[in-house]
Amino acid sequence: MTTTSIRVVETPLVLYALRRADDALVLGHRLSEWCGHAPALEEDMALANIGLDLLGQARSLYSYAAEMEAAGHTEDDFAFHRDAPQYRNLLLAELPNGDFARTILRQFFYAAFADLYWRAMMASPDPTLAAIAAKSEKETAYHLRHSAEWVIRLGDGTEESHRRAADAVAYLWPYTGEMFEADAAERALVDAGTVLDPAGFRDAWDKTVSDILAEATLEKPAAGWMQQGGRSGRHSEHLGHLLAVMQSVPRAIPGATW
Amino acid sequence: MSTQTNKTVTPLWEVFIRSRNGLAHKHVGSLHAADATLALQAARDVYTRRGEGLSIWVVPSNAITASDPGEKGMMFEPAESKIYRHPTFYEVPDEVGHM
Amino acid sequence: MYTQALNARDDAPAIRPAEELEQEARFQARVDAEERIEANDWMPAAYRKTLVRQISQHAHSEIVGMLPEGNWITRAPSLRRKAALLAKVQDECGHGLYLYAAAETLGVTREELTEQLLSGRAKYSSIFNYPTLTWADMGAIGWLVDGAAIMNQIPLCRCSYGPYARAMIRVCKEESFHQRQGYEIMLTLCRGTPEQKAMAQEALNRWWWPCLMMFGPPDASSQHSDQSTRWKIKRFSNDELRQKFVDATVPQAEYLGLTLPDPDLRFVPDESGDASKGHWAYGEIDWAEFKQILAGNGPCNRDRLAARNKAHDEGAWVREAALAYAGKRRARQAA
Ligand SMILES: [Fe+2]
Ligand SMILES: [Fe+2]
Ligand SMILES: [Fe+2]
Repeated sequence: MTTTSIRVVETPLVLYALRRADDALVLGHRLSEWCGHAPALEEDMALANIGLDLLGQARSLYSYAAEMEAAGHTEDDFAFHRDAPQYRNLLLAELPNGDFARTILRQFFYAAFADLYWRAMMASPDPTLAAIAAKSEKETAYHLRHSAEWVIRLGDGTEESHRRAADAVAYLWPYTGEMFEADAAERALVDAGTVLDPAGFRDAWDKTVSDILAEATLEKPAAGWMQQGGRSGRHSEHLGHLLAVMQSVPRAIPGATW
Repeated sequence: MSTQTNKTVTPLWEVFIRSRNGLAHKHVGSLHAADATLALQAARDVYTRRGEGLSIWVVPSNAITASDPGEKGMMFEPAESKIYRHPTFYEVPDEVGHM
Repeated sequence: MYTQALNARDDAPAIRPAEELEQEARFQARVDAEERIEANDWMPAAYRKTLVRQISQHAHSEIVGMLPEGNWITRAPSLRRKAALLAKVQDECGHGLYLYAAAETLGVTREELTEQLLSGRAKYSSIFNYPTLTWADMGAIGWLVDGAAIMNQIPLCRCSYGPYARAMIRVCKEESFHQRQGYEIMLTLCRGTPEQKAMAQEALNRWWWPCLMMFGPPDASSQHSDQSTRWKIKRFSNDELRQKFVDATVPQAEYLGLTLPDPDLRFVPDESGDASKGHWAYGEIDWAEFKQILAGNGPCNRDRLAARNKAHDEGAWVREAALAYAGKRRARQAA
């Protein structure tokens, strides 16, 4: 059987772009799973908006990766024709939606980082990355606002919502550390001044998270052991299922245009 | 009319949007939200998805006091006869120019 | 259309006092003069009842209508299609939201209307009880279902009830991309591989007849139309709209190179003498199937209601949490 998977030459910059693109696509895909099923119509609208922002970010970053790779690949090749081990997203992004509390806390933890990160990346000497950062920062600032307001309400709402929010914090916490990791390939770009070291945002992230969790009357877990592997393609069991669904149509008729 | 308790009824809000600088806020619709912050967020997510706005007001629907349509005659008809309030009521010769 | 189940008869009119008849005459005069009726205005109880039922059925249809297309958001075959489909289904959610709000101006709450839907007492458009089986269904639905909806909804922008008319103006503005994205999907499939084209044809075969049913029973057996027409809630009859839809769709199908699954379809020139002017006559619609779907026996009725109930039930604790927090904050501010 022939495979319809592509092979990507992952130079540091291509790898960097794919990692961020995969974060945005996988998380956006997860949010799109809510469409038609959210707790209220107003939240259905909100989650779809965030999902659409993330899809847009993914598309810009894939296009940039394609340009940097210069192998004729398109955004759709990256999205639909790589297997799970070739995906470079954070484990946090691929975790299943769970209940609304888990979805909101996942969004909050990610946005609290991405907002800081993109805002700083607006100063990147790479004009494409700077432009993507400028657009993403505005979007992410709103994602952070939206999710933080909900974290506060769920944490300080009813007994049940508090319990669910606390469970979500506990479940997700071990996946937050990966956001701050940079491997050798990424460090090369950091040293060249093209991109920023994610580790540099840990303190600011910590402060945002501490403040909001405190307001939500939720306990912030101690640092603890952190899961990682997504950035190098070692994923949770969940990503394979996500991709099996997402890629099913284009993989069924190789070479077709949709 | 409703038999539900307040515990399960999420309040209704009216949404007003300024579409461009210089224009007044205009009523665009309603939505449900538990509090003002969520109402504002929802207004943004529901009513400005196509770049419709630069500024949003949300007002609890029950904070609005409306005039009674049954009193339309008393309320609004008396104004109709005050034609001297309008510029066209007065004659100024053309030679005077625009005034 | 989205309110096709309105064809059940109301209770016989009771004998009413002279004063009410006078008010009703004044009301009808305003409607005849194309004045809009607003929420606080006096209106006949039956007008209010008809509107609540029609607007809420319309709202339910938008919300349930998210499910068949929502079924493919996670499987959209390109990122461009994925974004368009998510935005489109999200729009339908917005439409439901605007319409519930319009119904609420008539003195019902969203909670009550939602309860009517979830308990199975309220009706919604029959079309959403058919399954979406392939990606081509996203094309067929956008092209045909949204196309049919637009045909019905444009006249509703001039409905006599102001809040409904205004909601419909907003809806129609947003709808304009829905049909185009669907047609583009069909066009891409038809220009694609033989498998893709076959997929498009197969989807058209399944959706064509249900789409014609969307316009509701034939005029001859439709009982509500007269009164709704007098009240200027309805401006065209079911058959008029259906004919308009068929006439608009036949050349679009031809352009795609697809065959409408109706052996009786033929062009009937009108009396003008101009052979290009006339209408497309279509075959017999299976009204027995339509009745079964409205009665709850469509392929997806149970699944659709179950999905809405699940979302509602699983969201209850979230809505309660937001209200509880709002209550706590009010209490803190008061203290
Ligand atoms: Fe629709
Ligand atoms: Fe719609
Ligand atoms: Fe639509």
